[in-house]
Amino acid sequence: MAVEILKEKYRNKVGEVVLGATSDQGGTRSHTITVGGEEALPFLHFEGEIPNRPVLVLEVWDIVPTEWNPCFEKHYGDVWSDPAAWARKCVEEFGAEMIQIRLKSADPDLGDSSPEDCAAIVKKVLGAVGVPLIIVGCGKPEKDNLIYNPIAEAAAGENLLLGVAELENYKAVTSACMANQHNIIAQSPIDINICKQLNILIAEMSTAMANRIIVDPTIAALGYGIEYSYSIMERARNGALQGDKMLAMPMIGNVGLEAWRAKEANSPTEDEPGWGEQEERGLLWETTTAMAYLQSGIDILVMRHPEALKVIKSSIDDLMKDNS
Amino acid sequence: MGLTGLEIYRHLPKTNCKECGLPTCLAFAMALASAKASLDTCPYVTDEAKAALDSASAPPIKMVKVGVGDHIVELGEETEIFRHDKRFFHPTGIAVLISDTDDAAAKAEKFDALEFHRVGMDYITDMVAVKCDSGDAAKFKAAIEAVAGKTKKAMILLAEDPAIMEGALAVVADRKPLVYAATAENYAKMTALAKSKGCPLAVRGKSLDETAELVEKIVALDYKELVLDSGACETSKVLANLTQFRRLAVRKKYRLFGYPTIAITSKEDPREEVAQACVYLSKYADIVVLKACEKQQLLPLLSWRQNLYTDPQKPIAVEAKLYDVGTPSENSPVYVTTNFSLTYFIVEGEVESSRIPSRILSVDTNGISVLTAYADNKFSAEIIAAAIKKSGLEEKIKHRKIVIPGYVAVLKGALEEESGWEVMVGPREASGITKFSKDNFA
Repeated sequence: MAVEILKEKYRNKVGEVVLGATSDQGGTRSHTITVGGEEALPFLHFEGEIPNRPVLVLEVWDIVPTEWNPCFEKHYGDVWSDPAAWARKCVEEFGAEMIQIRLKSADPDLGDSSPEDCAAIVKKVLGAVGVPLIIVGCGKPEKDNLIYNPIAEAAAGENLLLGVAELENYKAVTSACMANQHNIIAQSPIDINICKQLNILIAEMSTAMANRIIVDPTIAALGYGIEYSYSIMERARNGALQGDKMLAMPMIGNVGLEAWRAKEANSPTEDEPGWGEQEERGLLWETTTAMAYLQSGIDILVMRHPEALKVIKSSIDDLMKDNS
Repeated sequence: MGLTGLEIYRHLPKTNCKECGLPTCLAFAMALASAKASLDTCPYVTDEAKAALDSASAPPIKMVKVGVGDHIVELGEETEIFRHDKRFFHPTGIAVLISDTDDAAAKAEKFDALEFHRVGMDYITDMVAVKCDSGDAAKFKAAIEAVAGKTKKAMILLAEDPAIMEGALAVVADRKPLVYAATAENYAKMTALAKSKGCPLAVRGKSLDETAELVEKIVALDYKELVLDSGACETSKVLANLTQFRRLAVRKKYRLFGYPTIAITSKEDPREEVAQACVYLSKYADIVVLKACEKQQLLPLLSWRQNLYTDPQKPIAVEAKLYDVGTPSENSPVYVTTNFSLTYFIVEGEVESSRIPSRILSVDTNGISVLTAYADNKFSAEIIAAAIKKSGLEEKIKHRKIVIPGYVAVLKGALEEESGWEVMVGPREASGITKFSKDNFA
């Protein structure tokens, strides 16, 4: 009996964004990475082309991440006082496809490093690895607004992904990206209307930037509101495929950062004997968070635990197999 | 389900007799369409109309039950492709697989002890699957006996040979296990067996086409307590097939796929297995069977199931009242937060890990979070002061100090004035509570 497969007909596809630039293109990356371009819901190859794999990123801080769970020391402790060495280890040893540098040292409470220092850190990491880079500030807008431009200029030609732009504070980072042809992370607080509005505002500043936006819809960790961001992502992706161009951007999420804020990832085994072994539990908390978002349409996953990255990589291999 | 008010109205008497309690037949039809009324309240509806409406309003996916008593697992009766359109109703049964070549009793005992407590809820692994790998009827039967002796939870029996299945059912048919599976080769015997024992039956084709064909044959044998397996085992193919089962049932009302589904993991590495199970759990499997049986492996999956099946239209709130963490005394600290359950449980978790007995006053903000409630004037100095009064805190403690969330530091002055209490500004994020409490209360 022949079952008539139900294929959705979509009017639009997700835009493609190229990250990084090789020497021919004015940069120094060994290769570029293209994200987005989906013509169907996640991994439903039978109804449309999924031209690019979701990308796996490891996060690197420019200060020693003393607040991280102690289990990370054995993975990163030998390199985490040097962002360039840390980034190199993530790429060479752990198979990270991109690196996200979080410029924590810019935080006025954590060293208050100058915009020039921040730009120098980015240059140093660019020299250490060949993969395209994601650069985000310390999270305090008044300071971050001062560092975007020097970084964008220092890395001109590298086609960075720089962030984050928020509804209340998007102009400085947008103009830094515009002037130096970088891509931008547009972050909205688990709200599809704000997500769209911010994309429109950035596009109004520069139509060229409209094709350089990566959306961060803000993701929550498993157990701490993941279902809200999962549904926002599903709605955004459905909207994109049904023709809403201002939602048709690839999506990024800080999976590692969020998952490792959860008590379930961090509580020592002896404190929660009912939850099983801590490090394994934590990396599976991160893995499960990532797997859920892969089903709602995430394109760039910023991970933390190298073993979680490994599991997700092999799962993406499986999910990318044709199923038509 | 799925019918509009006008479609229903065509079948009604259109007399506007009001005996159903509504002013017109059209109003009654509208109420039926939104499931706010039942057809039984109309005394004049004809049998033909009833039959037409019943079959049209039958849920697109049948409900199938596995197990008995307090351990029944209800599967199916889903109506949506996306949870944001309404909600998912019957959480996926998560089954741990035990082979009859394992020490079945020991494994079952370990399985039965699995239960988790987090954020004020209990999570359980609700099913156990026993598989015949030995090919030996006596061995399988013994394994089933051992498992049944250790757990009362719903069972799935996996064996392809009807004779072996018959022996197993002789032991546990009264527990209403899921019989897995009827295939093209054995379906006549398997169906007869499941039917005679009243046990639900899994149907496994080698493809969607063959599965549909098998369902048709089994329905022709007058058995409908079915669970579907498309026979695929590659992650990507299983995802595609589960999607088709759900889409065709819900969108096209394709009756042959109007049953719950089962997916069995194929990965050997437990981490990869958890990841694979996560795909099936997210996209439409009503039962997921996996070998992983360690707490740290199951807790993330059970948590994802709980999250996925919450009602997206309902803010989740805890009761607004004074909560004890540990055994607080008359000198213990007091924290105040909202009654949004996510906020409350994160704060509770952190206060608990500070290991300083404390009280948490959860203020009624209609289940919304600190900043949103503050912006909406539901977490104001007046409201918090009134909640302090009402909570009976003044009788329970000697001091007059309360900790407010750092995000609403601006409330300090007004709240001190309003309540007469000393207000301490706590950390912005709950993750700062442990340090805050050590600095201030240790």
